[in-house]
Amino acid sequence: MPDPAFEPITGRYLRLNIEGVPQRVYVEEAGQGIPLLCLHTAGADTRQWRGVMNDPEVLSRYRVIAFDMPWHGKSSPPAGWHEQEYRLTTEGYVAQVLAVCEALALQRPVVMGCSIGGRLVLQLALAHPERFRAAIGLQAGAHVDPYYDTTWLHHPDAHGGEVCAGVVSGLVGPQAPEAERWETLWHYMQGGPGVFKGDLYFYKVDGDIRGKVAGIDTRRCPLYLLTGEYDYSCTPAETLAVAASVPGAKATIMDGLGHFPMSEDPERFLGYLRPVLGEIGAGC
Amino acid sequence: MSNLIALLGRIADRVNQDAWLVQRGRFVDATVLLDAQSSQHLIAVRQGRIESVAHGPFVMPSWTFALRAPLAEWQAFWQPLPAPGHHDLFAMRRRKVLGIEGNLQPFMANLLYFKAVLAAGRPQALASGARQTPGQ
Repeated sequence: MPDPAFEPITGRYLRLNIEGVPQRVYVEEAGQGIPLLCLHTAGADTRQWRGVMNDPEVLSRYRVIAFDMPWHGKSSPPAGWHEQEYRLTTEGYVAQVLAVCEALALQRPVVMGCSIGGRLVLQLALAHPERFRAAIGLQAGAHVDPYYDTTWLHHPDAHGGEVCAGVVSGLVGPQAPEAERWETLWHYMQGGPGVFKGDLYFYKVDGDIRGKVAGIDTRRCPLYLLTGEYDYSCTPAETLAVAASVPGAKATIMDGLGHFPMSEDPERFLGYLRPVLGEIGAGC
Repeated sequence: MSNLIALLGRIADRVNQDAWLVQRGRFVDATVLLDAQSSQHLIAVRQGRIESVAHGPFVMPSWTFALRAPLAEWQAFWQPLPAPGHHDLFAMRRRKVLGIEGNLQPFMANLLYFKAVLAAGRPQALASGARQTPGQ
């Protein structure tokens, strides 16, 4: 790529109502073809997808779209945010994704999400299989039990951004390139107060899908699961448990990667993603 | 025990020679009890530098916060490239093999610093969350 050069990614602000609340949502896209909607992790934003959205092979066949969830990245929190505690719920998260799909008139997109996004694609495949061509869950498990005190993520005695980055730092695989590791952590350092913690309400409490995940019908919505071996938030064992309970689900454990594969080591991740996108594309 | 004493000495040297890590921890003033079950160690941090490391047994130790895990877990953590689940303090917490207790404000407010300090015990500082320092 020449220097200086624009990347193929373009971004715009989308005004829409989600569950009756006016929202200003930042949306990025790149490429042309099959719509591929990407969902970022808790407490982060669309920048995590920069590797996928700059990959010529992916962009030659897919229109890759990512949006910052309300409260995240360049999307605004709703009016009145200062008088409420932010908490992401399954219902609210599904509503966001469907609202963006409708606003952009996406025709049966492939949906790919990581972590909380990985959990949500399970929910989407279960409840809305007709809306999606396929679902790709990165670091997707059915549930995570709390293993640390999330109070510290939003506490006046600690800098929230640095705590969030410190908490997730070990979720990056130990062999990730230094620049990518620290960019991934920078995203966490920039999150709004209490936003990562609020997302974890979905991840650790409200989004428990253990009792329902076996109901996913992969004949209606094919399900692919990719999980990094160093992830201890959603462990390979938990992803494989989902795969074992969903007939037809295809799971791959990614060597050397952690919880943020597309962001911590994009090149290594793309080596796993391209064949999946190729398989989905071949069926279209 | 003697291996652990040498390793903690190496941690102290590496931390104190790492100007950026000392800078990151410049507001840290805490004494950490590192409990390996078979032995206990007190790491005193002042303004980001490791001021001293004392080795038990202790009669009535005072500490700010404690990190407790079996020696085998610490040894796995300090491998050059630790196996998944052994590579980070929170990975050990997730497996319920690491106890973290006491006044956790200095620990949580300086989490990247303390993760880097502990990871400095690795032969090559391939660290989860730690800054990799050339030559280590």
